[in-house]
Amino acid sequence: MTTVESLRYIVPELVLTATILVVFVGDLLVRQKDRLGELALVGTAAALFAVARLSHADGTYLFNRMIVHDQFAVFFQVVFALATLATVWMSLGSKEVQRTSQGEYYGILLASALGMFFMASASNLLMAYLSLEFVSQTSYVLTGSLRHNRRSGEASLKYLIYGGVASGAMIYGMSWIFGLTGSMDYAAINAALASGAQSPLALFIAIVFVLAGFGYKIAAVPFHMWAPDVYTGAPIPVTAFLSVGSKAAGFALLLRFFYPALSSLGEAGRWQVLGGADWPQLVLVLCMVTMTLGNLAALQQDNIKRLLAYSSIAHAGYMLMGFVVLSDEGLRAVLFYLVTYYLMNIGAFLTVMIVANATGREDVEGFRGLAWRGGSIPAVAMAIFLFSLAGIPPLAGFVGKFYLFAAVIREQFYVLALVAGINSVISLYYYARIVRAMFLEFPTGGEGAVAVDWSNAALLGLLSVCTVVLGVYWAPVIALADRSVRFLMG
Amino acid sequence: MDHILTYMTFIPLFGAVIVLCLPRDAHALIKWMSVAATVPPLLLAIWLYINFDRTAPGFQFMQQANWIPSFNIRYVVGVDGISITMVLLTALLCFLCMFASWGIEKGVKGYFALFLLLDTGMMGVFCALDFFLFFVFWEVMLLPMYFLIGIWGGPRREYAAIKFFLYTLLGSALMLLSMLVFYFNVTDPATGQHTFSMIAMMNQANQSEWLRNGVLFGQSVPVVVWIALFIGFAIKIPAFPFHTWLPDAHVEAPTAISVILAGVLLKMGTYGILRINYGILPEASASLAFLFLGVLGVVNIVYGALCAMAQKDLKKLVAYSSVSHMGYVMLGMASFTAQGINGAVLQMFNHGTVTAMLFLLVGVIYDRAHHRNIDGFGGLASVMPVYTGVTAIAFFAALGLPGLSAFISEILVLLGAWQRYPVLTIVGATAVVLTAGYMLWTLQRIWLGALNEKYADIPEINGRELFTLVPLAAIVIVLGIYPTAILDLMGPSLNQLNGVVATFL
Repeated sequence: MTTVESLRYIVPELVLTATILVVFVGDLLVRQKDRLGELALVGTAAALFAVARLSHADGTYLFNRMIVHDQFAVFFQVVFALATLATVWMSLGSKEVQRTSQGEYYGILLASALGMFFMASASNLLMAYLSLEFVSQTSYVLTGSLRHNRRSGEASLKYLIYGGVASGAMIYGMSWIFGLTGSMDYAAINAALASGAQSPLALFIAIVFVLAGFGYKIAAVPFHMWAPDVYTGAPIPVTAFLSVGSKAAGFALLLRFFYPALSSLGEAGRWQVLGGADWPQLVLVLCMVTMTLGNLAALQQDNIKRLLAYSSIAHAGYMLMGFVVLSDEGLRAVLFYLVTYYLMNIGAFLTVMIVANATGREDVEGFRGLAWRGGSIPAVAMAIFLFSLAGIPPLAGFVGKFYLFAAVIREQFYVLALVAGINSVISLYYYARIVRAMFLEFPTGGEGAVAVDWSNAALLGLLSVCTVVLGVYWAPVIALADRSVRFLMG
Repeated sequence: MDHILTYMTFIPLFGAVIVLCLPRDAHALIKWMSVAATVPPLLLAIWLYINFDRTAPGFQFMQQANWIPSFNIRYVVGVDGISITMVLLTALLCFLCMFASWGIEKGVKGYFALFLLLDTGMMGVFCALDFFLFFVFWEVMLLPMYFLIGIWGGPRREYAAIKFFLYTLLGSALMLLSMLVFYFNVTDPATGQHTFSMIAMMNQANQSEWLRNGVLFGQSVPVVVWIALFIGFAIKIPAFPFHTWLPDAHVEAPTAISVILAGVLLKMGTYGILRINYGILPEASASLAFLFLGVLGVVNIVYGALCAMAQKDLKKLVAYSSVSHMGYVMLGMASFTAQGINGAVLQMFNHGTVTAMLFLLVGVIYDRAHHRNIDGFGGLASVMPVYTGVTAIAFFAALGLPGLSAFISEILVLLGAWQRYPVLTIVGATAVVLTAGYMLWTLQRIWLGALNEKYADIPEINGRELFTLVPLAAIVIVLGIYPTAILDLMGPSLNQLNGVVATFL
């Protein structure tokens, strides 16, 4: 499709771009900077609306096959738009964000979302690299947006250095793939691999390098080291955004590269690896190590943001379960899990922000007796999110895990299932530690009251109700995920 | 009355929602509302008891609905002879425990709402016939239990609550995996798709070749799955060596929660083994029951009794006596004889009533003396004659005195087990002496002998407390004389199940 014809398929991206420009210009003109946040909110909502309007269009390649518009991309774009909406909403009520230069903050936040939109739809290595870098660069700035806070600056620098190394490795791997297949277009790579003229070893090495970049984005071991520091240092809304949006974007890129580009779809929704490179075995090991390390490290954390950082590493491990089984069921499970993960993780960070706003504390001790000192609503909501993260029915997180386990058992990866099962039990311990602080311990007096304003309460209520409802009736969402596991190939 | 089981399950949940909407300080209103939410299930349970067809071995009062069609997850409830006894027990104990919770003063609203949620979870577990539904209810019980022990419990409540939670969740994780193995290896002949229906799973013809004869981790598949499920259920029973959470949880939990824990939750372990391990994997059950249920059951009996004997804390003694008494259930189940297996389920019911009485009685004395040290009392019979009378019934029932309910079930278990495992039965039977020993010794130390002057004006048991105990005492006496009242409910179902498993012996 030519450039001009392609334009009507990227209306959401255009809306976001326009909003970004207006926010930046507005920053120079408007005195009340809060208005810029509201503008960003409207812009994101408009983008979400535009995505929804395009959701029934047939799959098609755009801009000379650089990006692709298909159900898979639409699904992720909806997730990104919702994540951005929630983040902007949170930012409006965040004391931390009010200390940043808000015009830049909101503009860059939306720019990051724009990059994610392209990550979901990239169908060419070049586009994949550019969009990933775009998201990374904006994330560095967002992380460091608390300019007078040393932790924030340090986090930003660490993020930048890790990111630089990882993306360097990734582009090196991409160059190998280009060398092996003679193309950067996913479909052409797939065709070249299907002919089977490449050395499997060379291909495997190339894939390992590419995995470095993707693994870094989803915070999988061994590319996870940045996450705890960055999550701790960044303003809380940014942490929420990175933990959900950035991770989802990483998965979008990962799935589209490893499935339509490197594998072929066989019978009964099962995929076959092309070119003889045994990367599923490698990812299987990484997956088990990621969830185990994330959970074990989280056990020792006292700072809740850091604890949730390790928990998000563990959840990357869980989601990789759906990735390694090489089946549509697994992919569907990953997509469904991302929705539930969005609800519970944003919710958890929102509660952390409410407590931090009121008391300035981000440690588990700061949650002591929360239910008994005026914060019973955030405490109950937080308990819902945490137990959902631990995978306890009837909450959304359980359903997500159920589908992942189902995909794993169907393909008979019993050891993986067992490791993941034990991991869920371990994870309960640290999630329950926060619940215990909130409910089972009583305030000693010095903690200060926690009040919730209406806007945070509204979002909190919405997320927690969705977490419960999705745990009891999830048929529409799984149907949506099912529909979205459709790549445009060839 | 097609939806009777659904009503019984969800009316308490509905009550919980209403309780949450009541004003925080309206304590009396909250308490009476909670009682009101447990009355309909109790009345329906009585109706169920009267109308239950005692000749049919299959499931009755079934209701089915689609839930998540794309994964064939359905809402299916129904009762047979095994589950109806547990449903009756649950309805009765939940009603009585509302009154036993009258003394709660901290966070009243939360306590009663969680209790009602727990009620829904327990009912659901016993009624569910879809494995997924069963699993969800199984887990739904966990959260309220965690908070009820953790917030309203004793000094070490935080430790006890998380220990209970982690142990049970470990079992749940294994159950989840086993459930999925079943799902992908059972085909519903009616639809040709995989299914979570327990009824379909129980038909061997629907199971895949791999599930029946495959190899996993170097063992046969049914054996591996059986053991995974068994660990999950054994934690709940609790079978040695998975019992260590129980004394902690019991000692720290408030009285009513101890009653529910011992009276209903422990039964879920043995119920699950009967329903799922026996029902779906009869061949593995026949080969593994001796070691995992017979031997471990006798270990439970003897070890529990010895531990109980050594306790200084009255509540801990009762907790260990539960470990011992649940051993009889395991031994009876392992026997694969009509007497043994009927005795086992009768013992589940009887233990539910007897141990509920014991915990209520401990609660009575703890509320007055604020300690439970067995050696710290003495001669209470002279100041609390009524209390002592009720206690005597409960204690004599627990030690298996003829004429009271537990005697019947224990003798049935021993008679049944004797036919298959004479040596185990002899060892198990000697523990009857141990039980009598610690029960009588305790009775003597607390209620008989010279009066401890400290408790000269201890108030007699009050009307509310008596109200919770009398129905249970009546059941204990009636079932001691006329056990058929319960036995004829379960006979056909159990004999059919036993028939299936026994063919593989």
